[in-house]
Amino acid sequence: MTATTSPVRAAAIPPARERARRHRGLLLLAPALVMLFVFFAYPVAAIVWRAFSEPQLGVENLREVFADPVTLRVLTRTLITAFGVATLTLLLAYPYAHLMTVVSPRWRAVLMALVLLPFWTSLMARNFAWIVLLQEGGPLSKLTGLLGLGDKALLGTAVGVAVGMVQVLLPYMVLPLYSAMSGIDRRLLSAAVSLGAPPRTVFGRIYLPLSMPGVVAGYTLVFVLALGFYITPRLLGSPQQSLIAQVIGTKVEKLLDFGGAGALSLVLLALTGLLLLAVSRVARPAAALGLGEED
Amino acid sequence: MTRTARDPGGAAVRLTALTKRYGSAPAAVDGIDLEIAAGEFMTLLGPSGSGKTTTLSMIAGFTRATSGSIEVDGYDVAGLPPYKRDLGVVFQHYALFPHMTAAQNIAFPLRQRKVGKAEIAARVAEALELVQLGAMGDRLPRQLSGGQQQRVALARAVVFNPRVLLMDEPLGALDKKLREQLQGEIARMHRELGITFVFVTHDQEEALALSDRIAVFNEGRIDQVGSARDLYERPATLFVARFLGESNVLTGKVTDPATIEGPGFRVALPRGASSAGSGTASVVIRPERLTVLPLSTPVPAGHNTLEGTVSGLTYLGAYSTVTVELDCGLRFTVREPAGASGEVTPGTPVRVAWPVEQGVLVSS
Repeated sequence: MTATTSPVRAAAIPPARERARRHRGLLLLAPALVMLFVFFAYPVAAIVWRAFSEPQLGVENLREVFADPVTLRVLTRTLITAFGVATLTLLLAYPYAHLMTVVSPRWRAVLMALVLLPFWTSLMARNFAWIVLLQEGGPLSKLTGLLGLGDKALLGTAVGVAVGMVQVLLPYMVLPLYSAMSGIDRRLLSAAVSLGAPPRTVFGRIYLPLSMPGVVAGYTLVFVLALGFYITPRLLGSPQQSLIAQVIGTKVEKLLDFGGAGALSLVLLALTGLLLLAVSRVARPAAALGLGEED
Repeated sequence: MTRTARDPGGAAVRLTALTKRYGSAPAAVDGIDLEIAAGEFMTLLGPSGSGKTTTLSMIAGFTRATSGSIEVDGYDVAGLPPYKRDLGVVFQHYALFPHMTAAQNIAFPLRQRKVGKAEIAARVAEALELVQLGAMGDRLPRQLSGGQQQRVALARAVVFNPRVLLMDEPLGALDKKLREQLQGEIARMHRELGITFVFVTHDQEEALALSDRIAVFNEGRIDQVGSARDLYERPATLFVARFLGESNVLTGKVTDPATIEGPGFRVALPRGASSAGSGTASVVIRPERLTVLPLSTPVPAGHNTLEGTVSGLTYLGAYSTVTVELDCGLRFTVREPAGASGEVTPGTPVRVAWPVEQGVLVSS
């Protein structure tokens, strides 16, 4: 931005020119807006439209979603899986992110690289790696065999899917947590200790509340992403344990039921929207404090 | 530790051979000994990196001492974690909990001590009164100004009746006017509470204004401990003389017990200074002890004099500062009361004189 856009100067500029300048600002956004419209808004609108128009106009498709016990079971399973995955990811990521804030800068770089490693590896490669690990006769089933638990193959089970999803989604939890935690003033912890708080109280009353914006951001991100997961449950799970994204996929690819797929997508979209709305309500006081909230 | 088992008022603090080393670097705190009396206002004064903050941090328990002992009221607390030491601490950047109101911040130490709800409310209100923030209890820290935040921090640090209050440059983040105002309040709190204050600062004026005694830190050691007057009028080392107030310094060899000789000067030493022995030493003369005399004026009895030329004159109302380039190559600053140096102008050859007894011999 040039100096001409400073608020002080803006006050002295006549309204017509002010408006012209604002239009120029919009121009900078234009490529992104066009991109968003063509590749996001339009397809979403088309899907929603199809949900209400195929095969004939009406709410028949939506009614079917809530009438079909199988679909409802898939929806419930998807929610439970997303909830479980997000919780497990949080439990794994919280101590990890905390560790990142206390070690030396060199170790921090190593830990950060380990978190980002999944980002640099293809999703397919990671999923196939999990197939190798989880399949019957694979290292994990050999381990459970050695421990006397029998040859447990996790491939094709909900647990196997969850394990894969947790690994894929871990970075989305670690990064917001790390960002919130590294913004916590360590002197607050010293202050709490000097006022007579033992370490567990310092954690519970000071550190945890101050890291909450990161927890909320990471949990929401992982939960929403888990709701729409497709490749990992497809490869590591079984058709009997389908999640909602797989059912949508099947409707589109195998049954050519675009109306039904659209209705399911709409439900998924609405669920995500409701969740984000609820979170923004709850998280606002913490965000207002400016405690490492990212956005 | 239980509060009731002890006497009210402040606790004495004794540091013995206290040392902190980080790796192989020179010790940050190098075996200091310091006795702080019960109820005393002791200031740890020194430039940054002199070890004063590390010392405070070891007393508070945030930093583990490498060796030595820290006694509070005769008990060695060096092995205790900070939350069991029962000492109040005030930090430079307030360190208020941002997600709690002022009142909740002040209630925090009381809740840790399992004080009843009604008593907490009463003591929080009392503490807010003490720092004159009665109506601000339900504000969040970010809704308070810097000065108000530091008052909340002060209230929080004393509400649980600690017997020692440690303060780490508590006024360092405030502007000059607020600093002076809060200095007054800290002094008042010290009088009213009657507890021991240990105050860290690098600001000599703050130290002089507040303290009963001052310990001057220099490279991990304590150069001198004494009242403001002791340190100013009888500095033990050149470092102390230079750190507190302005000094004119003559460094040379003590030739016989009564004189010191350097390049281009030879002056008499005050009586009793000979104990410093022979060798290299310095004489310190404060600017207000010096007088500028025209060459025509006879040298008064019992005075040392050095000749030079006036190079600068600054009129400052209540006094004037005269800079004199001495013939021996040194530059002296003279502070003269208003009206005393009326006829002195830059370029005038003059004599700088001071009573022999006003020079202070220090080790270099």
